[in-house]
Amino acid sequence: MSEEPLVKIRGIKLEGRSDETWSPIINGVDLTLARGEVLGLIGESGAGKSTLGLAAMGYTRDGVRISEGTVEFDGIDLLSASAATKRDLLGKRIAYVAQSAAASFNPAHKLIDQHIEGPVQHGVNDRSASEEDGIELYRKLRLPNPEEIGFRYPHQVSGGQLQRAMTAMAMSCRPDLIIFDEPTTALDVTTQIEVLASIRDIVEQYNTAAIYITHDLAVVAQMADRIKVLLKGDEVETADTRTMLSAPTQEYTKSLWAVRSFERPQKPAVATGAVPVISVQNVDAAYGKVPVLYDVSFDMHSGRTVAVVGESGSGKSTTARCITGLLPPTAGQIMLDGEALPPDYRKRSKDQLRQVQMIYQMADTALNPRMSIGQIIARPVQFYLGLTGAEKRKRVDALLEQIELEPTEYYNRLPSELSGGQKQRIGIARALAAEPKFIICDEVTSALDQLVAEGILRLLARLQDQLSLSYMFITHDLATVKAIADEVVVMKDGRVIEQGQKDEMFRPPHHAYTDLLLSSVPEMDPDWLTNLLAERGVDNIGDAAVDKM
Amino acid sequence: MIWFVAALLGMAAIAWVFRFAGQTVTGNAPRFRDMPYGVAYGYVLGTVVVLWLAWAYMQGRSEDTAIANKFFFLRIAIEGFIIFAIAAWLFRILGRTVGTAWSRKMFRSMPLTASFGILTILIYAVLTVFSGLIAPHGQEEILQGVAANVPAGTDPNYPFGTDQIGRDMLSRLIYGAQNTVGIAFLTTVLAFLLGGTLGFTAAVFGGWLDQILSRAVDVLMAIPSLIFALLLMTIASVWAPQLGIPLTVFMILIIAIIDSTRVFRLTRAVGQTIVVMDYIEAAKLRGEGHGYLVFKEILPNATAPLLAEFGLRFCFVFLTIAALSFLGVGIQPPLADWGTMVRDLGNLIAFAEYAPLAASVPLLAAGAIALLTVAVNFVVDWMLHKSSGLKE
Repeated sequence: MSEEPLVKIRGIKLEGRSDETWSPIINGVDLTLARGEVLGLIGESGAGKSTLGLAAMGYTRDGVRISEGTVEFDGIDLLSASAATKRDLLGKRIAYVAQSAAASFNPAHKLIDQHIEGPVQHGVNDRSASEEDGIELYRKLRLPNPEEIGFRYPHQVSGGQLQRAMTAMAMSCRPDLIIFDEPTTALDVTTQIEVLASIRDIVEQYNTAAIYITHDLAVVAQMADRIKVLLKGDEVETADTRTMLSAPTQEYTKSLWAVRSFERPQKPAVATGAVPVISVQNVDAAYGKVPVLYDVSFDMHSGRTVAVVGESGSGKSTTARCITGLLPPTAGQIMLDGEALPPDYRKRSKDQLRQVQMIYQMADTALNPRMSIGQIIARPVQFYLGLTGAEKRKRVDALLEQIELEPTEYYNRLPSELSGGQKQRIGIARALAAEPKFIICDEVTSALDQLVAEGILRLLARLQDQLSLSYMFITHDLATVKAIADEVVVMKDGRVIEQGQKDEMFRPPHHAYTDLLLSSVPEMDPDWLTNLLAERGVDNIGDAAVDKM
Repeated sequence: MIWFVAALLGMAAIAWVFRFAGQTVTGNAPRFRDMPYGVAYGYVLGTVVVLWLAWAYMQGRSEDTAIANKFFFLRIAIEGFIIFAIAAWLFRILGRTVGTAWSRKMFRSMPLTASFGILTILIYAVLTVFSGLIAPHGQEEILQGVAANVPAGTDPNYPFGTDQIGRDMLSRLIYGAQNTVGIAFLTTVLAFLLGGTLGFTAAVFGGWLDQILSRAVDVLMAIPSLIFALLLMTIASVWAPQLGIPLTVFMILIIAIIDSTRVFRLTRAVGQTIVVMDYIEAAKLRGEGHGYLVFKEILPNATAPLLAEFGLRFCFVFLTIAALSFLGVGIQPPLADWGTMVRDLGNLIAFAEYAPLAASVPLLAAGAIALLTVAVNFVVDWMLHKSSGLKE
């Protein structure tokens, strides 16, 4: 380790092009990476993590340029290197693993055919040798049926497996450096843990250096030797993982670390005999002929939050679709204040529709991009409450103040002129405008940065206390559940597996699946993954463990 | 043949030398170092073509009429190209300095092709609306005491000459804008009203209504459109005198219906991608009616692709009308229209080698069609580029 560092970036400045002008993305950052070292890059979206990661390969996306600084890889100056030199390095000595494996694989070719492209092209191995090596890598990454899985097409394997196949592909030439760009962000917790364990293993085995880009602190704590924190294109601090976690020096880093501290006290149990706002009773549902929900029942009371947790495909959102009436249940019923709601939303009265509102995961697609903020919020006000003119405007202003946005500033803006967190607030205001009793929050914070997400959670909690709203909170993030829920419902494969008060749910004994779910959530302890693997064994985590149930 | 191969090989050699010289002179700068051989060859090929054009242009200006006639149209094309480019450039500068903040911003990011397109469309629009005021003579007026078939450029009173029965060509070209462009515009609007409404309805309702409409459109689209239009126009030309309705009305309706099938397919596809958005679901759950959904939530988000399609569809309609008129079932004489003018004067093109000015008369009408088509396509390309959010 005494020799020259593998990657040496000095004073790099990157600029992005928008509307014919260049604006800075990274303002002079240094980065040094030794052989075999894993560096974690963290920061909010827009902090320039990915841009910096790509710059380490001497590459920039379209519309981005390097204006200053140097990038050296193993003594080669990447910025002035010829195209031929770079061609020789990329893929062979530097590899890249993208966030969405599903979008990065070519759907028309088998995995193994895409895997061997690198080694064959670079003359590292011939075709059959690389195929054998690919199978070996699949085995090392603990993919099921390593001999056969390569001969499948990308759509025939699951997301987590695809992400591991992509890591295997990056490894195919045994590179000196791999750049991981949020490789587990799109995955469920139980799948994520498997991918994390495999990546960590293989990087250690081949002594590969890596830059690991993520916004999840708990994940980076497991993976990295050192952590570098970025904020709006500037470096905040760099330190050893343990030092960084135990004693961050900068205010910003401390605030990132403290995000997960928000937790609402548990409310007392609801009095027996109280009429729930919404009661889901023995609901079965199906998409066409495929059944997706089996006998789902739970109650939601006024002023309480029920968190519905489970992996993707467990039926959380389908339950919400049954409650809103978008998907009429095949059996069972939905009760509002003790009265049965018509199964189809088209048959419900305007008042029934008003009582049940929804906040969506992707604020981008939930707000009409051609309507101003004022128009978006004013529509339900006018539609349900019949307010017009000055009265309507007054109500919209009041709603904007409730979600902590200045009315005069935001009334005429379009959604595209708002940040992600602000858009989500507009979604909340639109739901509030109907003056409902019950709001479904469908993964409302999962697309947001942690600091912003916490702001949204606090806002929702405050609104609940003021207006005694009832929330159904759909999420796969257990930290969010801890923060906001009163009751928890755990779903798997369309069934409710366990439900109860939050305090009870976070205390053993659990249903085996709840246990697995809880134990798969990464913690801010750098030894967490190591300990968990030691405790459970590699074959008892993630999807493998789920399959055994 | 041998000369051709020799020229290609010669250029290949020059390309290699060019790249090598570039590398040596600039001290192996990245620009030349990373230049693929194909790009170097492209530079050389481009230079050769430009040089040939320059040589041909000089031939076109030659004193010897025999040689000048041969290159007459190339010369006009080059001069036209330069004039249009300068006009577009000036127009863009004008747009950048005059107007609201919004329009100035739009002109700032506009490519030259789009500004040329907008300028041309504006000129056509003015001609269409004010043709009665601008044209020196009536479109049906047979000028007294003037010979028929006066070539363009010979009589200053009739700059574009006269046609086969002594009508002023300039006036007929201007009125042609009104007839051809005006009718095409009306037809396109009708096609969009019909196809757009049905397309969005199919997208929002789905189910059996969508099936019926889509299959009906499939049937209509299966018949080649020009043949179908020709067939229907033949039938209509029998009905029109009996019913006392001008044939032009039938033509507008027939083309509008045939073209609305294409519009239907597009609006349905665009509508379907918008209908699955969460904000549509939110509006549905609010209990909004279908009218609100289509006009307030979906339509504003579909304007960019629809406007682009409008421009393109306008060109097709316009060409269909010109084609029908050329075939004799479209706009009826004595109304001036560019398609009919090309047909009536087409045989003059045979004189191109000896009297290019006389041959240019039918080409003027054809050129008017081509120019508008190119202009509209430039604007459409630019709008598509903007709406797709592509950078560079």
